Amino acid sequence: MSRDERRLQRTRRRFLVETVALAGAAGIALPLAVEQTSATPASMRAAIKNIVGEAPLNKGKVKMDVPALIENGNAVPLTVSCESPMTQEDHVKAIHVFTEKNPQPNVIGAHLGPRAGRASLSTRIRLADTQKVVAVAQMSDGSFWTDEVEVVVTLAACLEGS
Amino acid sequence: MARALINAPAKAKRGEVIEIKTLISHVMETGFRPDGTGKPVPRDIISEFICKYNGEEIFRAELFPAIAANPFLTFFTVASESGTLSFEWTGDNGFTASESVNITVE
Repeated sequence: MSRDERRLQRTRRRFLVETVALAGAAGIALPLAVEQTSATPASMRAAIKNIVGEAPLNKGKVKMDVPALIENGNAVPLTVSCESPMTQEDHVKAIHVFTEKNPQPNVIGAHLGPRAGRASLSTRIRLADTQKVVAVAQMSDGSFWTDEVEVVVTLAACLEGS
Repeated sequence: MARALINAPAKAKRGEVIEIKTLISHVMETGFRPDGTGKPVPRDIISEFICKYNGEEIFRAELFPAIAANPFLTFFTVASESGTLSFEWTGDNGFTASESVNITVE
């Protein structure tokens, strides 16, 4: 083996080692970065508990309208409506929306009263991933009602620099 | 001043439930998005929206970074008397905007 050949081999080996090391470092760094910028189902439950406290969360009364398959997570139309007569005695006090895997679990917290006439609100939200969206409504009698929808997102809202 | 659009009926019958649509131009920068150098772009969002009917609060919303750019909100109210519907948005970096529309109730 000539000296030139040996040097070539050495650089080739070094190249291989460095590539593997780089890939390893990136492989470790990437999941960490993702973890940092994402809420978890647990943090969503914590955010819901912040609002609801120890009161029981009942299914029903609330209806969430959101497309099941979302092409663009940057602006997703969302409508939350509740069954309620909206009178002074019996009305919806607040509607909250949460997500499971956005960087933050909270999406919106709306406060309304008997003057709303109809307990319904629409907006456009961002969704970072295929996940569960949860709506919670607080009634004037202190009870909480909920609805949840699983949505599939093909293009996530801007988490990557784009 | 940010551009705001309000869509509410100019005339309504007494007791009628009317729909109010609001839209305001705002980037709603989440604070989670990295810029070209990898540092996150600082958060810049509208954090609160209030709608008042003749001075009385009828709808209030706390907004979070998960609200899409140019926040759009639709809600309802009962047309009780003629007067003014006023809208206020407040947010990061001292952002404020307000708008008002008149309503005639017959």
